[in-house]
Amino acid sequence: MIEIKNLTKYYGSGESRFKALDGVSLRIDDGTFDVILGASGSGKSTFLNVISGLETMDGGSVAYDGRPLETMSERELTRFRRDNTAYIFQQYYLLPHLNVEKNVRLGADLGNNRSFLLLLDAVGLSGKRKKYPAELSGGEQQRVAIARALAKNPKVLFLDEPTGALDEKTGRQVLNHIIELQKKQGFTMIMVTHNANIAETADRIIKMNSGKIVSVTQNAGKKTAYEIGW
Amino acid sequence: MIVSMKDGARLFGISIMTCCAVTVCNLFLNYYLDLTAVAGLIGDSYAKMFYDAQVMTAKVVCGVAGGCLAATTVVMLVFYIKHYIDSHSRELGIVKALGYSDFRIARGFCVFGLSVFAGCLAGYLLAFALMPRFYELQNADAILPAFPIRIHWRLFFLLVIAPTAAFGLLAVCFSVTRLNQPCVNLLRGITRLRGKTRDGKEKPTFVAQMRSAVLKSRKTLVFLIGFSAFCFSDMIQMAFSMDEMASEMMGLMLFIIGVVLGFTTLYIAVTTVIRSNQKNIAMMRVFGYDSGDCKRAVLDGYRPAAYIGFLIGSVYQYLLLKIMVNLVFAGIEGVPEYRFDFPVFFLTLAVFILVYEGIMFACGRAMKQIPLKQIMSE
Repeated sequence: MIEIKNLTKYYGSGESRFKALDGVSLRIDDGTFDVILGASGSGKSTFLNVISGLETMDGGSVAYDGRPLETMSERELTRFRRDNTAYIFQQYYLLPHLNVEKNVRLGADLGNNRSFLLLLDAVGLSGKRKKYPAELSGGEQQRVAIARALAKNPKVLFLDEPTGALDEKTGRQVLNHIIELQKKQGFTMIMVTHNANIAETADRIIKMNSGKIVSVTQNAGKKTAYEIGW
Repeated sequence: MIVSMKDGARLFGISIMTCCAVTVCNLFLNYYLDLTAVAGLIGDSYAKMFYDAQVMTAKVVCGVAGGCLAATTVVMLVFYIKHYIDSHSRELGIVKALGYSDFRIARGFCVFGLSVFAGCLAGYLLAFALMPRFYELQNADAILPAFPIRIHWRLFFLLVIAPTAAFGLLAVCFSVTRLNQPCVNLLRGITRLRGKTRDGKEKPTFVAQMRSAVLKSRKTLVFLIGFSAFCFSDMIQMAFSMDEMASEMMGLMLFIIGVVLGFTTLYIAVTTVIRSNQKNIAMMRVFGYDSGDCKRAVLDGYRPAAYIGFLIGSVYQYLLLKIMVNLVFAGIEGVPEYRFDFPVFFLTLAVFILVYEGIMFACGRAMKQIPLKQIMSE
C-alpha cells in the first residue's frame, strides 16, 4: 500500500518559484490500477515522479508499506527503485546500441529474472529479439519498454503517457498488453494520462488540476483498450 | 551496459596523446636505464660530463613531455566523460531509474581505459622501432661506451599497464561523481542546462544571444579550446627556444608533440561543439540563417579563449624554461641565459592564427553539410 500525505513540490526559485504539487494526499492499495488524469501542467507527471522516488519532495510524505521515501538517501532510493518499481515513459528510452533482448535483460538482471524471454512472447516480440531499437516501429519500441519494465518483477509499475507517442491502433495494442499483464501478474499500476478515454480502463480515476487532486472516482464501468474511444 | 567497447575505442584523441607521451618517455627512460647500467665504465671527466648531461636531458624530457601529455590526457578524458554523460543523460537516467546504482553504471566507463591502453601500447612499440636510430644519435661521437638496447619490463608496466589501470579508475571515479544526482535530472537532461541566467544586458541580436547560450552550456569546451591553444603555443615555442640548450632531436620531438597536441585537442573540441549544436544549427538554417551566421553563433564565441590560451602558453613556456635553466642546469657550465624569444613568439602566433582561423573556416563550411531532415526528425 502506498500512503501519500500532504505532498508538496516547488519548482524554480525567487519570483519564478511555483507550487507544482499543493498538499496532495492519497492512498493506493496493492494490485490496483489507478489513472491520474489531468491537463498539461496540472502536476500529474510531477506527482508520478515524486511518489515513484524519481524526484524529491519538498514537503509531506510518501510511504510504501510504512517505509517513508522522504527519509531515504539517493542511494537508498536507488535500492528502493531496484527492488520495487518500474517505469514506462512516453519516449521509450531504449538503449540504442543494445538489441531487444539485451534491453529487456537490463531490467531482468535486476530482478534475477531468468525467464524474461517469456515477456517478449507476451508482448508479441519474440521474433524480433535480435533487432535494434532503430529497426522497430514506435509501438514495438514501447512494447520492448513494457517487457523491460516488467522483467524486473516490480511491485508497482508507473506509466507516464505510455501511448502518447503512438497512433490509435498501436496505442490500443500497447494499452491492451499492459492491462492484460497487470491482470495476470497483479502488480500495482499507476498511469498518468491527459486522455479521458484511456482513463476509463482503470479501477480508479484521480483527476488533478493546478497541483491538487480535484476528484477520486471508482470506475464502475471499466472498459478494455478496444472498447474505449481514442 | 550503456558504454560499449566501441565508445571506449573511439577516443582516438586520447590514443594519439598517450602514444606520443609513451613514445617519448619510453625512448628516454629506456635509454636512461641502459645508460646508467654502464655508468661504472665511464672513466674520463669529459665523458662523465656528457653522461650527466644525457641523464639530465632524459629526466627533463620525460618530466616535461610525459607530464604535459599525461595532464592533457586527464583533461581530455574528463572532458570526454562529461560530454558522454551530458549527451547520454536520458539513457543513463533510465538505467538509474530502473534501479542500477551509480557505481554499477560507472563501472562500464572503465572501457575508456581501452583507448589509453591502445595508445600506450602503440607508443611503447613505436619507441622500440625508433630506438636503434635514437641510441645512435645520442652517442654519435662515441663519447660513451657502446651499450645494447635492453627491454625493461618494469617500463612496460609503468608506461602501459599502470596508465591503463589509472585512467580506467579515473574514468570510473569521475563518472560516479557526475552520476550522483537525482535520476529525473538525468532524464530531463538538466546536466546540460545547469547554470544561472545572469544576463544583465539584453543581447542585441539572436546570433549574439545564441553565442552566449552556447558558451554557457559548454563551459568545458571553452576550457578545452583554450587548452589546445595553450599546448600548441607552449610546445612549439619551447621546441624553438630550446635549440641552444638541448639536442635538435629533443626540439623536433617537442615540435611534433606541440603540433599533434594542438591539432588533436582543437579538432576534438571543435567537432564536439558542432556535433552538440547540430540541432541548433539545423534549426537556424531552417529559419533561413546562413552558415556564416551559424558559425558566428556556435564557433566565434570560443575565439577569445583560444587567444588567451595561446598567451598563457607563451608565458608558461617562458617561466618553465627559465626555472629549468636556473634550477636544473644550475651547476652545469656553458648553458646560455634564457630570454623570451619574441621572433619565435610572433612566428608561432602567425602560424596559430592561420591554423585556428583555417579550422574555423573549414568548420563553417562543414556546417552546410549537416543533414537538416535527419536531424529535425530525430
